[in-house]
Amino acid sequence: MSAPDQAPQDRSWRGVATEESADLPAGAGIFLRARSRRLLGELLRPHRRSLWWLLATIVVQNAAWLAGPLLIGVGIDVAVPALVDGNPWPLVWITTAMLAAAALDTGLRFVFLTRSGRVGQAVLLTLRRRVFRHVQALPLSFHERYTSGKTISRLTSDVEALAELLDEGLDNLVTALFSVLTIGIVLVVLDPPLGLVALLGFPPLYLVARWFQRNSTAAYRRTRETIAALIVQFTETFGGIRAVQAFRREPRNDQLHAALNEDNRQAHDRAFWLIAVFVPAVTLIGNLVTVAVLGIGALRVLDGALAVGTLVSFLLYLRRFFDPLQDVAMFYNSYQSATAALEKLSGVLEERPTVPEPADPVPLPAAAGELVFDGVRFGYTASTVLPDLSLTVPAGQTVALVGATGAGKSTLARLAARFYDPLAGEVRLDGVPLDRLADEDLRRAVVMVTQESFLFSGSIADNIAFGRPGASRAQVEGAARAIGAHGFIAALPEGYDTDVAKRGGRLSAGQRQLVSFARAFLADPAVLILDEATSSLDVPSERLVQHALRTLLADRTALIIAHRLSTVEIADRVLVMEGGRIVEDGSPAELVAGTGRFAGLHRAWADSLV
Amino acid sequence: MDDAPRTAPADDRGRLSALLRLWPYTRPYRGLVVLTFTAALLATLAQLAVPLITAAVVDGPIADGDRGALVPLLGLALLFGVAEAALFFVRRWAMNRSCLRIERDLRDALYQRLQRLPVAFHDRWASGQLLSRATSDMSTVRRFVGFAAVFLAVNLITCVVVLVLLLVTYWPLGVAVLLTTVPLTVLGLRWERRYNVQSRQVQDQQGELATDVEEAVQGIRVVKSLGRSGLVFDRYDAKARQLRRLELGKVRTLALLWCVFELHPQVTLAVILVGGAFAVSSGALTVGGLVAFVALFTVLLWPILSLGFLFAFAQETASACDRIGELLDEPVTVTDRPGVTPAAIGSPARLRFEGVGFTHPGSGTAVLDGVELTVEPGETVALVGATGSGKTTLTALVGRLHDVTSGRVTLDGVDVRDLPLAQLRSVVATAFEDATLFSMSVRENLALGRPDATDDDVAEALRVAQAEFVHDLPWGLDTRIGEQGLSLSGGQRQRLALARAVLGRPSVLVLDDPLSALDVHTEALVERALRDVLADTTALVVAHRPSTVLLADRVALLAGGRIAAVGTHSELLASVPEYRDLLAQESELLETTP
Repeated sequence: MSAPDQAPQDRSWRGVATEESADLPAGAGIFLRARSRRLLGELLRPHRRSLWWLLATIVVQNAAWLAGPLLIGVGIDVAVPALVDGNPWPLVWITTAMLAAAALDTGLRFVFLTRSGRVGQAVLLTLRRRVFRHVQALPLSFHERYTSGKTISRLTSDVEALAELLDEGLDNLVTALFSVLTIGIVLVVLDPPLGLVALLGFPPLYLVARWFQRNSTAAYRRTRETIAALIVQFTETFGGIRAVQAFRREPRNDQLHAALNEDNRQAHDRAFWLIAVFVPAVTLIGNLVTVAVLGIGALRVLDGALAVGTLVSFLLYLRRFFDPLQDVAMFYNSYQSATAALEKLSGVLEERPTVPEPADPVPLPAAAGELVFDGVRFGYTASTVLPDLSLTVPAGQTVALVGATGAGKSTLARLAARFYDPLAGEVRLDGVPLDRLADEDLRRAVVMVTQESFLFSGSIADNIAFGRPGASRAQVEGAARAIGAHGFIAALPEGYDTDVAKRGGRLSAGQRQLVSFARAFLADPAVLILDEATSSLDVPSERLVQHALRTLLADRTALIIAHRLSTVEIADRVLVMEGGRIVEDGSPAELVAGTGRFAGLHRAWADSLV
Repeated sequence: MDDAPRTAPADDRGRLSALLRLWPYTRPYRGLVVLTFTAALLATLAQLAVPLITAAVVDGPIADGDRGALVPLLGLALLFGVAEAALFFVRRWAMNRSCLRIERDLRDALYQRLQRLPVAFHDRWASGQLLSRATSDMSTVRRFVGFAAVFLAVNLITCVVVLVLLLVTYWPLGVAVLLTTVPLTVLGLRWERRYNVQSRQVQDQQGELATDVEEAVQGIRVVKSLGRSGLVFDRYDAKARQLRRLELGKVRTLALLWCVFELHPQVTLAVILVGGAFAVSSGALTVGGLVAFVALFTVLLWPILSLGFLFAFAQETASACDRIGELLDEPVTVTDRPGVTPAAIGSPARLRFEGVGFTHPGSGTAVLDGVELTVEPGETVALVGATGSGKTTLTALVGRLHDVTSGRVTLDGVDVRDLPLAQLRSVVATAFEDATLFSMSVRENLALGRPDATDDDVAEALRVAQAEFVHDLPWGLDTRIGEQGLSLSGGQRQRLALARAVLGRPSVLVLDDPLSALDVHTEALVERALRDVLADTTALVVAHRPSTVLLADRVALLAGGRIAAVGTHSELLASVPEYRDLLAQESELLETTP
């Protein structure tokens, strides 16, 4: 590998972005904890009854399990001598009791495992549904800022962290707490002074737990971040694998991935280091208490204040008292990891859709398609793209938007499709402000086709039918025919049932554009927005699309952004934009005949055709 | 069936032997693994010390009333107590050091492998499936190596040792205990097998779900503009429910498994009691012997119980290893031939397609069939053809993103497959139709394959591509451009991709419709600047419009999988009707314009 040996620690390659918040301000940690705990509470609340039942089950089950060793003791003390004396009945009874306890224990264990599995899976399903739905509802501005890799890591690895907690945690915690509680009581009852000695172990335990909790919160939070960074690197690499390979990016990527992977290891190492200290510390405290009990107990026995048998059973129980505390420690570990994941998840869930659905929508079952921009101002972060735009597009008119990059054409289109809401002013469809329309009505009426034609996995027919779920095969084919995509689709090995594989890998960009065109036409909207939707088509395909557009746009409102002026020819009206303003407005013929910018552009374009 | 790499293998081979795949990855950390294991074993032994010392205290100082003898015994107990805690710490410390590193190494290996697998592989595999292997499967492996493997070994050893002790103590009862393990093993194995299949299904379904998540997030614009959130959600929901169904099946099997391992020692204890009682009554065994036997057996309670889920976990890890192994085993078909050495490639170089044919793997129909084309050094040839005629495929053959299935592509007479990939891809630069940008700084995006590029090189490339707008970004060249350049317009992204390709003046430039997203004005500027570069570079330019074609010295028409005609734009326009049909735009406006 002839890669240049640059220090992978150097993070300048990532560049600078506005959203860099690795270090949390002091108060934020507590806020995050509360938020994630609230989410966990919300998720568990519907299962309160089941959880109580589970608790009852595991308590009885544990009792049955503890009965086993007890019964064998009785068996040895009572049944064996009885048998030696020729009386087999005590042995029969004890054995029966043991088998019954075993059966009860096993049966309840089965019930517990399956039931708690059901609760855990229900919680996960709810969480998956909720986060997925929420992410879908969040505006494009969120997605552009958050990056898909991070969103994906929220919906995959963070959800799985909670799964781990639900898988192992519940069982461990309940069993352990139950044992600690019952045995603690038994200890105090058995011999109060020794019980007190045993309880002396608690203050140091508390301190150790506090230490662990304080440090591990930050440590686990960090692990969620490093794993997300890995996922981002991963998804981007394999999403852009052609560019990666063509530009020999592999060695550099190996370095970057190795650095992120090492980061992730260190973050986990830190978290695991804390457990590596915490768990043995619990053991150490337990063992020290045991030695103390043994010493003090022995002295008390010598003084005649305590029976030997009591001391022995006390010590046996003491062991069972501290062992489960390790389980509690392990539970705490998965709990911390899950809480850190929940912090991230609740962060996404608290993102408010800035383009919210109206609470009280105005119904618009069949839109005519009149589109009005009224004093619209819009900008992304700092810069204003559209200072003050007013425009009326009558129903059925086809409008072409022309202008240089950055003139605000795409922004205008996005506002019309309500990907964003204007900062000031209003966009109205048939007189109704877009933010008063139910999403369903709006999307039925307004459809936008962009130049990036994303195809979903599935067949070509599925992808076209995405425009109108439930469309018949004839309708799908009709849409494909209408825009001239039928030819190439029919020529594919499996025709409309051909799998587009991952991201339409095997279709050319032009073919993908045709498919997404067909998808939009099948949707049959009143307003169609085409944002450079024909950029990858060759001339004959474009011609076919334009012929189709002529008929298809006859009774539809259309906003067309195109760099090729050929597209403009089918427009009723041309708007030339510059710096967020409309600087020319008229029919194509008028503008060409004039002396404005469009006439100049058109001349340049006409020259290029020769 | 190379199109369906998602389903679990139907046969149940693989099993635990799949775990052996991990073996090489433990090599650098064997010392630590041994230390982890030793510490675990010693800690288990240390745990036994406390009851023994207790017995000694009861039998010694207490029985004798000797307070002085208490001190050394307590000291010993203290020693073992501290030792146990210390061993715990050592075990966890060593485990952290080894298992996190093994996970890291394995993930690095997977990532490196995947990066080198051919584009055809990535076309075939949903990336969600890759992702779930690199994350969830990896952490399964880590938890196995760090925890389950160690205790599987320790507990098995404990079981064997105690069984031997039981046989020594009273062999008839020992044999009885041994016999009870037969149904345990039979049932266990049966359910382990079922568990193996189920955990594989669950893992695959998680991959499906990850794919859905990816598509829903990356295709969010399409989803939103068509208002299909509901549909997408329903799909995801169906898969999430299917995952829950599979998980519950797995939970059920695990519960059964667990119950068998929980029931077994308790039933065995009853057997011991009955057998022991009769042995005592017949005088074959003393009561003390029976107590010792029972005490020994109770040591086994936890190890046996834990074996149930440890085996289940091993199964889960085995299928995770299978899933990871599938990727690691995938052949890197586009790779350096053995013994290739860098050849002298001129700048500019002569690019030739000699009888080139290409068929997508698993497809019966050839996309390209007998392509003959020569691009002379310094010449620019435009490639024109109908949508789907194979232009992009042809360009992908130059940099070996795909390998030809027949014929050959040569640079200065050298087959591209006889060049080291690293050399080939530094000689050939490509600008793709879809301008892929990564979420990193502009500079890093531009210098993707040329980390040694100077500031001047970058400035020059930006000038050629008319991408100087980057200087107006908040942090200039250091600005992180959003993932896939989402926050840039299509035209801006395309210009950056172009700048990337021309950076460092490659010997061969392949441009796939490089100006499609540019407005007329910018296009004219880019064309002017590009002409300089193309003047002394060998270039193959996929073109859809006359303006792009005019950049070229000659035009090749691709039709029916071969080059149908070659000539200048005006020659072809005049003599080839198919070409005229492809490039001559009909313009009503032009006709109506005075």
